[in-house]
Amino acid sequence: MIPGSFEYHRPSSVQEALGLLAKWGDDGRAIAGGHSLIPMMKLRLAKPAHLVDLRDIADLKGIRADGNDIVIGAMTTQYELIGSNLLVSKIPILRETSLQVADPQVRYVGTLGGNVANGDPGNDMPAVMMCLGATYHVMGKAGERRVAAREFYQGAYFTALEAGDLLTAVRIPMPPAGHGYAYEKLKRKIGDYATAAAAVVLTMSGGKVASCSIGLTNVAETPLWAEEAAKILNGSSLDAATVKRAVAAAEAITAPAADARGPAAYRTKMAGVMLTRALARAKSKAHG
Amino acid sequence: MNDMTPTAAERAAKLEGLGCKRKRVEDIRFVQGKGNYVDDLKLPGMLYGDLVRSPHGHARITRLDTTKAAAVPGVVAVLTADVLKTVNLAWMPTLAGDVQMVLADGKVLFQNQEVAFVVAESREAAADAVELVEVEYEPLPVNVDPLKAMAPNAPVIREDIKDKTDGAHGKRKHYNHVFSWQAGDKAAADAAFEKADVKIREFIVYPRVHPCPLETCQCVASFDKIEGELTLWGTFQAPHVIRTVGSLISKIPEHKIHVIAPDIGGGFGNKVGAYSGYICAIVASIVTGRPVKWTEDRIENLSTTAFARDFHMDVEIACTKDGKVTGLRCYTIADHGAFDACANATKWPAGLFSIISGSYDFPAAYCLVDGVYTNKAPGGVAYRCSFRVTEAAYCIERAMDIMAQKLGMDPAEFRMKNLIRREQFPYTSAFGWQYDSGDYQTALKKAMEATNYTKLRDEQKAKREAFKRGETRELMGIGVAFFTEIVGAGPSRACDILGIAMFDSAEIRIHPTGSGICRLGTKSQGQGHETTYAQIIATELGLPADNITVEEGNTDTAPYGLGTYGSRSTPVSGAATAMACRKIKAKAQMIAAYMLEVHDDDLEWDVDRFRVKGNPERSKTMTELAWAAYHEVPPGMEPGLEAINYYDPPNFTFPYGAYICVVDIDVDTGMAKVRRFFALDDCGTRINPMIIEGQIHGGLTEAFGIAMGQEIHYDPDGNVTTASFMDYFLPTAVETPHWETDWTEVPSPHHPIGAKGVGESPNVGGVPCFSNAVNDAFSFLGSTHIQMPHDHWRVWTAAENLGLHQ
Amino acid sequence: MAKSQVAMTVNGTTVEALVEPRTLLIHFLREELRLTGPHIGCETSHCGACTVDLNGKSVKSCTMFAVQANGADIRTIEGMANPDGTLHALQEGFREMHGLQCGFCTPGMVTRAYRLLQENNNPSEEEIRFGIAGNLCRCTGYQNIVKAIQYAAAKLNGVPFQEAAE
Repeated sequence: MIPGSFEYHRPSSVQEALGLLAKWGDDGRAIAGGHSLIPMMKLRLAKPAHLVDLRDIADLKGIRADGNDIVIGAMTTQYELIGSNLLVSKIPILRETSLQVADPQVRYVGTLGGNVANGDPGNDMPAVMMCLGATYHVMGKAGERRVAAREFYQGAYFTALEAGDLLTAVRIPMPPAGHGYAYEKLKRKIGDYATAAAAVVLTMSGGKVASCSIGLTNVAETPLWAEEAAKILNGSSLDAATVKRAVAAAEAITAPAADARGPAAYRTKMAGVMLTRALARAKSKAHG
Repeated sequence: MNDMTPTAAERAAKLEGLGCKRKRVEDIRFVQGKGNYVDDLKLPGMLYGDLVRSPHGHARITRLDTTKAAAVPGVVAVLTADVLKTVNLAWMPTLAGDVQMVLADGKVLFQNQEVAFVVAESREAAADAVELVEVEYEPLPVNVDPLKAMAPNAPVIREDIKDKTDGAHGKRKHYNHVFSWQAGDKAAADAAFEKADVKIREFIVYPRVHPCPLETCQCVASFDKIEGELTLWGTFQAPHVIRTVGSLISKIPEHKIHVIAPDIGGGFGNKVGAYSGYICAIVASIVTGRPVKWTEDRIENLSTTAFARDFHMDVEIACTKDGKVTGLRCYTIADHGAFDACANATKWPAGLFSIISGSYDFPAAYCLVDGVYTNKAPGGVAYRCSFRVTEAAYCIERAMDIMAQKLGMDPAEFRMKNLIRREQFPYTSAFGWQYDSGDYQTALKKAMEATNYTKLRDEQKAKREAFKRGETRELMGIGVAFFTEIVGAGPSRACDILGIAMFDSAEIRIHPTGSGICRLGTKSQGQGHETTYAQIIATELGLPADNITVEEGNTDTAPYGLGTYGSRSTPVSGAATAMACRKIKAKAQMIAAYMLEVHDDDLEWDVDRFRVKGNPERSKTMTELAWAAYHEVPPGMEPGLEAINYYDPPNFTFPYGAYICVVDIDVDTGMAKVRRFFALDDCGTRINPMIIEGQIHGGLTEAFGIAMGQEIHYDPDGNVTTASFMDYFLPTAVETPHWETDWTEVPSPHHPIGAKGVGESPNVGGVPCFSNAVNDAFSFLGSTHIQMPHDHWRVWTAAENLGLHQ
Repeated sequence: MAKSQVAMTVNGTTVEALVEPRTLLIHFLREELRLTGPHIGCETSHCGACTVDLNGKSVKSCTMFAVQANGADIRTIEGMANPDGTLHALQEGFREMHGLQCGFCTPGMVTRAYRLLQENNNPSEEEIRFGIAGNLCRCTGYQNIVKAIQYAAAKLNGVPFQEAAE
């Protein structure tokens, strides 16, 4: 399993990287942690003639608060997300999710930007970003633009990124203090993609759901934002009957492929089970 | 004697012989990264081989053009079937009496079949050229379902033998039929079923799986044109067999072939066979005159070399109404893939499958196995088991549970009632095997007590009630398995490989200063042979184990042996080691008698020395006798102290065990979590309890993988869909349960030290135990059998079919 | 394809070489530096046999190009022993607790465990199992690997090792 030949570039700034990507067009490919791209290159399913390694670009790293948002550089690793005190206190679902991504070695190297940008429906972070209402900072020929995570995913490996674009950062509005959250992932083993997974962030007020957002992983060609299901839950006490209706609404938007994890119908049902469990756990963590 | 004189027990302990938890000798290099594996080898001028493989499951090759590949800088040669034909090596014989394409000859019969072999100066150049070999295929109808292989209009898999009415094992029924093989007494079994009060019948599938050692198959072939000699380093569980087969195929005289198996990164049956990559590397080295390395990648490993199982078993048990088994019948379809490349003793096309009557006293039994060809990879190896013993053990252990369920008896109680009793040994089974020893009831009783079995059943009962009341969505399953293995192949009257009797050997040389070397025909792949064989010698000869070097894997220095698989090393080579020691000891005794000026018969053995009976002060230690053997042997005696033994075992050995497993099943996801697993094994005399326990842990973990998730799966178009570590379930430390182990010790009466072999027991017994636990969870709802693997969606589907998701 | 100049520190020694950009770090270590301790088990970053310590992180060297390691500080199993040549507590623990059989996963497993103990010097069994879940072993069933790491942790912490009761 040997990749084809390529030329290697290691720019030190975003502008330099964009220049290289613009110069090489379809022959160029940005590489972040590499754990999706390098195996594809070894199988020769990807054959970039020019590899643009983003590892030395300081501007793509770091986690910082910006008003009511947290901005995370695209090259921030899962390991760094797990270790961030800021995230643990403000958006703890990120740590919970990161710990369920791949395995320890991959988490040292795998980046948030790579996870959300490559469009693999098996990746965990995209559904969480949709759930959180995150926005992606994208640099391209025409400068920076911002794309909502909920608008970003178009199909398996198809996203709003255009040739030559670079996803530079992820901007996440901080959920209110006291929010409840959970990322429930059913998988066969460590390192596996989800059979189905559900991300929930909610707030409670007087025993009722004040706000709720739901993301689903790996049960369609893209990650899913289950808007209708969340609407059903708003204002409810998460009683069994309402949860059942919401789960049915969430299941209705899934369109999973059959694979070794199970037939499509099973995976749809598992999305429902994961959502049910995520709701219960999120509720138990919420204050108010 | 004074107080400082060590006691016999202290002297024995110092030897680190039988029963000692001796730390492993080989670990010193392994923990420092200084193991010596095949891929570590880098010879001057070495070339790298890489294979072009078929993307199709079944297709005719209409064009094969290597021009562009050959033009890649660094490419030295490209082999195809046409090139191999010039040296008569386009096809090769299999161990099972069939023939197999080395490189695709006219058509491909399974996905990833070897089509061309590129040889280049670097791995990179070889990989680049593989992409440029142009092959055009005309797809043919595919069959991957063994149950449809003998249908009237099934696709013809093997055009080369389409019209042959006789195969290696008798008449063929169909152009996709490989063999029929039967055992037992059909008339007696049929009669038992006619008279039976209670009968069960179930169709039980043991899916296709793969041994999947962490190191893949690889070799370096180096042909010396001047001497006409071939040196072949490789991942070989059976180096001598490779030498002989290599000589027969290549016509290079056997004495001019040097096979070396260095450290091997796990085998589990994967590294017994001879694969296309080896043949191609040898031919390439002969053609180029340079060393050629071939290494498999993981996809190639999982999809082409050495699958296991794929047995489809229709089993029946007959029983009296009070729970005494009276008859057993089993009809099996065995899927051999595109070529019968099974690694069995040659006369046994279905291996030792007739151990299927298990640990029970069946008065009558019969089995029939039909092998068939399909568009899948060839193989059929014993994945951590003696030939087809896992399939048999799984089948009977599942069937016994199903019968217990029908009788309304507890599965442990039903087994206890039917186990062969201690006083029945030696016991001849309805299939004719002579089980040499055992105390089955004691083992099962001990396991039940250790796990507090009755209490577990009470807990299960309560949980089932709670489930019915809707208070929990979890079901508890308790698995019981009692297995008997048949290992240590084997007696020459029963076992050979291509005509070579399945003996094994040991050659021991004791040096003047009381240390020595032992060379054997077996080959460790992690079992710790360098440690354990030395322990046998330590106890037999009274020399410290640390003084003995154990060497395997070099066919020039080792005596001929059939290799390591089927738990045969301890039963056969372990016996050879003890017998060689006894020859040495007999000579040492004569030397001692001479030195002490007494008659041989006046001496007795005392741990590490011979002493004069009645006068223990007068003695000669083995170290002293070793020196004497090179210094002052009795007149007329040949100097030196060495011996060789070729051991042809009088019988197989029959390790057994009682396993109990508890699982908790999340009905809503189908996830089965192993709460507890208890394994009691009887492997006879225990050489190194630490290593035995390690073997049990490892075998149970492999069994866990098989039962709960492993499958080499093909889609209807012949695409193998599980050929990576993403989809082929190898559990990590997180999924793997905690193991509890225990033992009993009933020595084998015919083995020189009473040892029976252990490495494969946990796989043989583990798989049915996990499966019985999962099945047991649902049995109260009327479910009799859920097919493996018990991964989430299949367990969930079983629950769905029982209406548990309403 | 033009080769690139790389320089890195491997087991305390600076090495410089010309490499093809597509040369994987594992091949560079094994073939060029002849450090054959790290192994190739799957090539798809699942098995962890190729694990090395790189800039204080456990990295699967089959999924990284040698050029990407330019400037890095790398430690392999060959650099694990103590400066006086005695075995590292982990190496000792693996032998004492029978934490290996075929030895093929061992270099990656020890190297990974080294980083795990750097980050958590007294891990629980659960933390150990989670921490080594990127390394596959086909022989041991992991139970004795867990004990080996506990043994090493105890030794490094200067406390007696107590095997968990069965």
